[in-house]
Amino acid sequence: MTTTSEYNPRLHVGLLEELVTNVSSTDFPGHYPDEDHSWDLSKFKKKLQVKVQKLSARSIEFDLVGVDASIANALRRILIAEVPTIAIEYVYVWNNTSVMVDEVFSHRLGLIPLNVDPALLEMKASPSDQATDRNTIVFKLEIECTRNTAAPRDSKDPAVLYNNSEVLAGHLQWIPQGEQADVFIAHPPAPTVPGTVLVKLRPGQAIEMEMHAVKGLGKDHAKFSPVATASYRLLPHIILDEANPVPPHLATRFRDCFSPGVINVDPTTKKVSVDERGVRGETVSREVLRHPDLAGFVKLARVRDHFIFNVESEGPYEPQRLPLEAIRVMREKISALKAAAEALRAQGEPDGDVQMAET
Amino acid sequence: MTESRPKIRILPGAQSDLSAATYQIHNETHTLGNALRWMIMKNPKVEFCGYSAPHPSENHIQIRIQMYDNLSSLTALLTALDDLDTLFESIEDAYKASLEHGDFVIWDEKR
Repeated sequence: MTTTSEYNPRLHVGLLEELVTNVSSTDFPGHYPDEDHSWDLSKFKKKLQVKVQKLSARSIEFDLVGVDASIANALRRILIAEVPTIAIEYVYVWNNTSVMVDEVFSHRLGLIPLNVDPALLEMKASPSDQATDRNTIVFKLEIECTRNTAAPRDSKDPAVLYNNSEVLAGHLQWIPQGEQADVFIAHPPAPTVPGTVLVKLRPGQAIEMEMHAVKGLGKDHAKFSPVATASYRLLPHIILDEANPVPPHLATRFRDCFSPGVINVDPTTKKVSVDERGVRGETVSREVLRHPDLAGFVKLARVRDHFIFNVESEGPYEPQRLPLEAIRVMREKISALKAAAEALRAQGEPDGDVQMAET
Repeated sequence: MTESRPKIRILPGAQSDLSAATYQIHNETHTLGNALRWMIMKNPKVEFCGYSAPHPSENHIQIRIQMYDNLSSLTALLTALDDLDTLFESIEDAYKASLEHGDFVIWDEKR
């Protein structure tokens, strides 16, 4: 954590005007003589802090403190590319006389976020697998644009002049297959944002399509990614030199070099201090280092093991569920590799020698 | 894609006692590679560990492990996998505890 206000190269990444310093972590056995940095679960648990900071129906911000960048990055990468969701994958076009060609419209259909809980579906092992009620959700789109005979004579608005002048995501109709009517009864499959405009129609144009939605991963296609963004940044750390405080006549200029709410200036004494909460919002623009009369009063840094995650959910998952899903996927990866590695060791056991693969 | 590949195999050139070996892990990326490399490097018996993703169109990573004292790198790999699992388990527990504690801002975000 940020308890030490001094710059500590082991804890902090330094930010100079044209340079970042102490970027890599050094907490490995053998790096520092006579220090034990080997893996120790109880030590790790003491350092580890996870704290949810902000939650809405769409996004979550949480702090992950005391882990290496490789761990935080694994979570971020899994959130983007390996947490499964449901998206339209196959489109069967019976009729399409709209101005948008079949393949462009099909691609657009694929990108619609759906509200189906991926836990309720199985993933197809291969694209050639038979579609069943356990791995496929079927939607239908049947829509035709006609003239609105009741429209006032002087109206110019297409929404008034015509019926179905816009095809919306909400026009997709779910067709339950097999046991699906019972399984999805509480939460019928539909697009999460029904108002999304897919294409505009004019009288005489019609669309008739059937769509199959399947379970997939973001690494296969971005439409399967459950998040709009999943990112982290390191907690900013601003170090004021106590022996050399900012003089009162420079205080407001000094404050204005940082993001709003980061630096407090005492109204009477004009004493400058860093706001504990506000420092999270600092962009570390390094503006202060551009002013020769202000640069000497401060050192800029970030805390190397304090990750501020921001995850925006787009699709079926509530944002607070996403980190748990990412951890589940990671642990599944670990156990799959462990099983394979144990099998590899068992193979080699009879003569105490492990078989090497041929080139 | 055609024939099923093993999840993990040892590349030619390894020491016969596996004190130094390169493992090829199929269908994995930097996601697991870097985290696993970090955990293996936390083992004081490991002399060297590094990983690479050799080519973007080859769906595997390679992880090189060299041990002190002629110990088995496969054992080090298995230990690291166990430790990595408990690491993520503790993150999971801490995250759940924080969610249950409920000490956070709940706000209304517009669509």
